[in-house]
Amino acid sequence: MVRVKLGGTLKTWAGGQTEFDVEATNIREVLDRLGEAHPRLKPLLEKGVAVAIDGEIYRNAWFQPVTPANEIYLLPMLAGG
Amino acid sequence: MPLDPATQKIRAFDQVGTRPLRPDGLDKVTGRARFGADATAPGMLVGRILRSPHAHARIRSIDATKAEALPGVKAVVTSKDFADRSDDLRDILVNIMARGKALYEGHTVAAVAATSASVARKALKLIKVDYEVLPHVTDVDLAMEPDAPLLHDDLITSGVEPVPTKPSNIARKIEFGHGDVDKGFAEADLVVEREFKTEATHQGYIEPHACLASVGSDGQGELWVCTQGHYMVRDVCAQLLGMDVSKLRVTASEIGGGFGGKTTVFIEPVALALSRKAGRPVKVVMTRDEVFRASGPTSSTSMRMKIGVKKDGRITALDALLKYQGGAFAGAPVDYGGMAGVACYDYPNIRVVGYDVVTNRPKQAAYRAPGAPMTAFAVESVIAEIADTLKLDPIEMRLKNAAKEGTKSAYGPTFGPVGLVETLKAAKAHPNYKVKLGKNQGRGIASGFWFNFGGQTCVSLNLNIDGTLALAVGTPDIGGSRASMCLMAAEELGIPYENVRAIIADTSSLGYNDVTDGSRVTFASGMATIHAARDAIKKLCGRAAKVWGIPEEAVVWEKGFAKPSGANAGNFEPMSLKELAANAAKTGGPIAGHYEYNAENAGPSFATHVVDVEVDPETGFTKVLRYLVCQDAGKAVHPSYVEGQFQGGAVQGIGWALNEEYIYGADGRLQNAGFLDYRIPVASDLPMIDTAIVEVPNPGHPYGVRGVGETSIVPPMAAVSNAVSHAVGIRLTESPMSPPRILKALGEQAARKAG
Amino acid sequence: MAGTHVKTTINGDSVEYVCEADETLLDVLRNRLALTGAKEGCGTGDCGACSVTVDGRLVCSCLVLGVEAEGRNVATIEGLAQGEHLHPLQRKFLEHAALQCGICTPGFLVAAKALLEKNPDPSEHEIRFWLAGNLCRCTGYDKIVRAVQDAAAEMRGGRHAA
Repeated sequence: MVRVKLGGTLKTWAGGQTEFDVEATNIREVLDRLGEAHPRLKPLLEKGVAVAIDGEIYRNAWFQPVTPANEIYLLPMLAGG
Repeated sequence: MPLDPATQKIRAFDQVGTRPLRPDGLDKVTGRARFGADATAPGMLVGRILRSPHAHARIRSIDATKAEALPGVKAVVTSKDFADRSDDLRDILVNIMARGKALYEGHTVAAVAATSASVARKALKLIKVDYEVLPHVTDVDLAMEPDAPLLHDDLITSGVEPVPTKPSNIARKIEFGHGDVDKGFAEADLVVEREFKTEATHQGYIEPHACLASVGSDGQGELWVCTQGHYMVRDVCAQLLGMDVSKLRVTASEIGGGFGGKTTVFIEPVALALSRKAGRPVKVVMTRDEVFRASGPTSSTSMRMKIGVKKDGRITALDALLKYQGGAFAGAPVDYGGMAGVACYDYPNIRVVGYDVVTNRPKQAAYRAPGAPMTAFAVESVIAEIADTLKLDPIEMRLKNAAKEGTKSAYGPTFGPVGLVETLKAAKAHPNYKVKLGKNQGRGIASGFWFNFGGQTCVSLNLNIDGTLALAVGTPDIGGSRASMCLMAAEELGIPYENVRAIIADTSSLGYNDVTDGSRVTFASGMATIHAARDAIKKLCGRAAKVWGIPEEAVVWEKGFAKPSGANAGNFEPMSLKELAANAAKTGGPIAGHYEYNAENAGPSFATHVVDVEVDPETGFTKVLRYLVCQDAGKAVHPSYVEGQFQGGAVQGIGWALNEEYIYGADGRLQNAGFLDYRIPVASDLPMIDTAIVEVPNPGHPYGVRGVGETSIVPPMAAVSNAVSHAVGIRLTESPMSPPRILKALGEQAARKAG
Repeated sequence: MAGTHVKTTINGDSVEYVCEADETLLDVLRNRLALTGAKEGCGTGDCGACSVTVDGRLVCSCLVLGVEAEGRNVATIEGLAQGEHLHPLQRKFLEHAALQCGICTPGFLVAAKALLEKNPDPSEHEIRFWLAGNLCRCTGYDKIVRAVQDAAAEMRGGRHAA
């Protein structure tokens, strides 16, 4: 089980819940499990979110491994100039 | 994961960190460089665009028959020439060509292609558009009122529970933070709460949007365009025009500035549609007036910022309300702008609520650290006021609260190695910080942050017959990045910088590359270049191994030569890159290195700025006396261009702070759509911009590189405001701090004293 | 619209063209003569990207009509280097990294050359005010001013008389 935290406004689509324990070994599995548990989150997760693992931000990396030792944060998709 | 664990140590470089001439330099000082408007094609037509004169109007009908009948007119297009859609691209579709309603003054309603500019201008006047003018709103606070004129009757605020039943101009509510702010404020010895406003500014690139489109009756198209991302242009245009992506080849011209404003499409799909209809190439170049009225400015904002501290200056809580209007469509960067804007400090308790609001203004586009300078202005102004009240040194106050490795960031995750503390110390140690100030003078400090991005990247490195290399990258070079790419390739291969020539490849020559944005190019294309060079080195060692008849693993690469790895590998003379290149045909054919990936771990960059100003109490005019930028570059690949990014961002921020603003009339029309009235800083406004490059290596890059392009625009608005406030003895809360605003504040202060 | 025949000199070469009465010198240079080094940043004389000299006087070519070049001597960025020898200003702009995107560079070089012809030893203040009609959005002007100072010093030293 890994602990996933929702940053920003994403919690609105998860009934206000901000922390989840999910069975996952990589980012794709984290997103799949969260989407299954919270169908209203699913379209947002599919559209794209950034995932911070121990402070490093990943914008698109399904297969980036996660372990129970990691701090995992879901953030809104970022754009820059 | 760091791609190269060796980077944990600060390594020595042969070439990275030097300042060679840029490979595209000669073309740019001789006038040969070809920018967006510099291309021509046989049979080329001139495309011009008809724009709405109204801030908000229903388009009842468009009659183009007279224009079409004018001799020399070869095509007229309107929204009917673009199929409607309901996906993510719909806002872009509606923005490039109004459908049903004009949502802002300057919104495209039709376009013509004609044999000359004068015929095209005449044709525009012959297009009859029947408008029903609607009430409009351009101010963010007014747009949020319940009875405000509604832009989109299907816009329901997202991020709010329960889901609203009525449409409004509020596209999104966002919220982030941690801890308990009420508890935090209860623990505070001092709480300061202020309201702030910032006006919209434009990226102000000197090159207007320009493109040359050519679509044939076989459905194949070519597009020459100044853009920050030609792959993005290709994919978006192909979809809007219903073309196969493979049939549209896009070439990025030299680009005359972008700063985020060229990360989307405006005229490109229109030019392609005109060309398709006319059967001839069409060039469309925006005028400066069109650039101001119809391409993306920033958000204007209205904010409330409340910060509580203990007597020693330690922050106990921050509570912020951010309202950003982003023009006629959802997407104001209140979320990551807000996150970046508050990111410098360690808050035990923080709550940020933001609103993304639509108004009758052009759709905002990214501008250098999108959204961050505004929130940073509010945060850093309140921090400065607190430091003044508590009589703390402003740098010590910031050091006490500075985010560092292990700090839980305001937006959630815990920071890795970051360099804010180092930039604060560099600022404190700099001679500028010790200069004694005179009458009407003030000093301002502010810090800033930007995330930095990686993204999809692909490069090719081809070995030529003489041992020189052709490096193809897919990210438009907006500020000297080709020089950095050549430096990194040369560093890896151990060959002279001059032996590598970098070009920006067209969309048919390389795999997909994300746009040049998020300060990503030197980081991401640079890392791809390093890996492509390593790929080439592996192949080169393989060829040498074959020639020597020894295993590939027994060959190493050192400073431009393949060598046996040790005495056991055999006694062979090192083989130079030149020899390997000359023999390539006989040893297995062309040799190239490639790399394609999705770069992650860009590593954020922090900065601290120190500015001294003098304010003339008679005129309200602010003169910048000296300016210092201290910023973490991770590793400066070409220090001159790193300094250039620091200086350029700082000066854009100075313009935002002191002069630049979109001024709207009561009619909803922009009143200053030209460089005379929208005044960007000129040489005589400024002193030299001093820089200090701080290097805290990014573990996510083999050389430790961090992006540097955007952070430099985050602190200036706040730094200048803090300096002006110290000079005049009044806390200013509206940007720009133009002479009329400063005079007004001075007048109010005098009235208070007199009263 | 009937065109007007114009005879002029551009970068030392005799040139003839036909242009419309309302056509700017900038449009003539760019569209009729393929001299695209001068850029249109604003079309209203505010940005200096189209700077050229006419009979030695610095002008925005977007504010000069093509017909006004009749009998004049026009100098553009394309004439700044002599063969393969760059003008000291061009070399110093490269050495000082005084350009990022490069769109404003031709205008700055033409304007700076005009300054140094009038005043071979300008102060920083004089350089900044002379170049105030040229907008650069990338550099913050620091490296541009330094490049002009350095070029002026070199030219005064007579090592590279141009």
